[in-house]
Amino acid sequence: MFRFSKPLFVFALFSASTVAVGFENYSGVGRAATPAEVKAWDIDVRPDFKGLPKGSGNVERGNELFEEKCASCHGSFGESNEVFTPLAGGTTKDDIKTGNVKGLSSGELPQRTTFTKVATISTVWDYIYRAMPWTAPKSLKPDEVYAILAYLLNLQEIVPADFVLSDKNIGDVQKLLPNRNGMTTDHGMWPGAPAKKGGIGNGGKPDTANKACMKNCKPEVLIGSTLPEYARTAHGELRDQNRSFGPVRGTQTLGPEAAKKAADAGTLDLATKSGCMACHGMKSKIVGPGYSEVVARYKDQTDAESRLIAKVKAGGQGVWGSIPMPPNGHIKDEDITTLVKWILNGSK
Amino acid sequence: MSDEQVKAVAAGRRDFLRKSLFAAGAAMAAPLAARAASEGDVNILENPAWTTSLGLPVATNPYGMPSKYESQLLRRESPGLARVGGASVSFAPLQGLFGIITPSGLHFERHHQGWHDIDPSKHRLMVNGSDDSLLKKAKVYTLDELMRLPSVSRIHFIECGANTGLEWGNVAVPTVQYTHGMLSCSEFTGVPLKVLLEDCGVDYKKARYVLAEGADGSSMTRTIPMEMVESGEVFVAYGQNGEMLRPENGYPLRLVVPGVQGVSWVKWLRRIEVGDKPYATKDEAVHYIDLLPNGQHRQYSSIQEAKSVITTPSGGQTLLDKGFYNVSGLAWSGRGRIKQVDVSFDGGINWQTARLEGPIQNKALTRFNTNWVWDGSPAILQSRAIDETGFVQPTYGQLRKVRGTKSIYHNNAIQSWKIIESGEVSNVQVL
Repeated sequence: MFRFSKPLFVFALFSASTVAVGFENYSGVGRAATPAEVKAWDIDVRPDFKGLPKGSGNVERGNELFEEKCASCHGSFGESNEVFTPLAGGTTKDDIKTGNVKGLSSGELPQRTTFTKVATISTVWDYIYRAMPWTAPKSLKPDEVYAILAYLLNLQEIVPADFVLSDKNIGDVQKLLPNRNGMTTDHGMWPGAPAKKGGIGNGGKPDTANKACMKNCKPEVLIGSTLPEYARTAHGELRDQNRSFGPVRGTQTLGPEAAKKAADAGTLDLATKSGCMACHGMKSKIVGPGYSEVVARYKDQTDAESRLIAKVKAGGQGVWGSIPMPPNGHIKDEDITTLVKWILNGSK
Repeated sequence: MSDEQVKAVAAGRRDFLRKSLFAAGAAMAAPLAARAASEGDVNILENPAWTTSLGLPVATNPYGMPSKYESQLLRRESPGLARVGGASVSFAPLQGLFGIITPSGLHFERHHQGWHDIDPSKHRLMVNGSDDSLLKKAKVYTLDELMRLPSVSRIHFIECGANTGLEWGNVAVPTVQYTHGMLSCSEFTGVPLKVLLEDCGVDYKKARYVLAEGADGSSMTRTIPMEMVESGEVFVAYGQNGEMLRPENGYPLRLVVPGVQGVSWVKWLRRIEVGDKPYATKDEAVHYIDLLPNGQHRQYSSIQEAKSVITTPSGGQTLLDKGFYNVSGLAWSGRGRIKQVDVSFDGGINWQTARLEGPIQNKALTRFNTNWVWDGSPAILQSRAIDETGFVQPTYGQLRKVRGTKSIYHNNAIQSWKIIESGEVSNVQVL
């Protein structure tokens, strides 16, 4: 709807003749956000805890919630490496004292976990609240987030088993984070103002300095590493990943044995595209059972194939737990058959 | 290419194409084989069907698709890289692309909690402040409204911070698709973010950082410095290569942050918050941090430094024959324009300057080409980019000396491709 009042029209004419771009110029575009709207979306929590909602939760409640909502992906103790990299582990009591995870520099850490890296506890609170659980983001209440985080902090031996984490004491917890002193912003890759001007980088000064030598630049060529044979074939038939005409051809990388593997990979693709892999893992349970668990259960049943095909089509409940599998009418019958055969043949 | 031809190439018989010309003719038109063999190529001597029959009418494919003979260059995942498709990566097939624009359908993907095809009539962009002193009023915009505002169209590259990250320690993957394919370049269209912030009455003196937030399950959040917003570089894009963004690339709205790693180009953008401090969100405090040999992590490392790669020929390809080749590749810098690209055919002992093809734009891919006559002997091809700041792309040795081998992100080392007598090209690291 247009509503031009006379004074506004005069103002618009006036400002068009100047370079100023005042916000009245874009009249009719956008509207004020209501306080309820801002509250609904403004969920971020900063390192100074601005934005943190009031609330609390204890380790015990966190343990229950974690088992129910998080353990299928992260393992009961945040240790699982099956779906995502581990959350917990890799730090010592001494790290809590120093605020530097020693394993990062000593090379003793086989793999970095969330708590070997994170330097700001607000980060973890913010992320659990906005993005977890994986399949139902933003479904946790603030008290539940406090509880889950309390449980993780206890797993990491940062807080005791009877700890109640709250908006009041989260700042004290920050002072115990094992890698709280492990971050630096002294580098040239922040595109804003440098630290000396109130920003966070070094002003764009690079850390490498190659020279553009043109002739006889070095006496010999030192080869650091070459492509291992397994890596040559792990990415399928490279011949088929290039045009069949032009100055070059894709190199043929697969023999008949490897071609079977590629077919397996094709079925895995199909399973992924059909949405199966969101809930099923190859080996272990995510939401529904892992495929090797399915094989184990059905291995002595002669009609396993037809029963599973029917189950995939119509959905089911109760065999593997309380969460039902939805009907899969969107998947073509022939694809369901392919998938079931692949699962029963020891999917890879 | 038939299996025989592949074997011929593998066996180093590089004149196979000339021989197979007659063999193919014989197979396709057996009765004319004798004539074809003596007089020339049957594809010339006999008019093919497409020259002697009626073709398809306009709009047979109302939204056009590539030729059915172009089925091989696709976005692909690297097996074993991620365990969940919703938090995975697909790589753009750089080995077969031309020029600097990535076709929208082949643009690489990186999602953090799966992608959605969002209804644009229900999508909203909110602008608010960390507190009331930073912004006069919080506002909400619809797509209808955003598309009424003054727009810009600019060509920029986008590169994931983890591009080439698999290769920090050793050679790990066979082709340029997997070494460098988390890289794309498009013409994006949208509204400069400063237009929106000024429309809301931002106080630039206090508000020195911006938080961008997505509408997907992960509600991806990243901190952007206000200097980049004030310069007009950062914009809220709805268009890509003349059409709306594709769903996998953030339809209907994403942030464009030129020169900065892709994770900051927040997709399905739903909220911009201005603040006076950085936010240390999960993807700038747990991931996208660079582990140095001393155990410290570099945080907020965002700029993609100058880098280049030869795409033709590249790993996993085989040269057909000795003789002339146009060696072609891509160069880019998050700090501005590409000034020069040098190419070496002997593993970096000697270099020659390549031709830069226009347009050479700010924080965009730049195509380079150079002439080469392959004499059939082994060679190691490299390219080295220099940007307008004078920064020269580092060697692996130089990069690892500073950052070790566990950094994961921002690997911009010089890439090497080894060619052996058979013509096969493979990935190799020269220190």
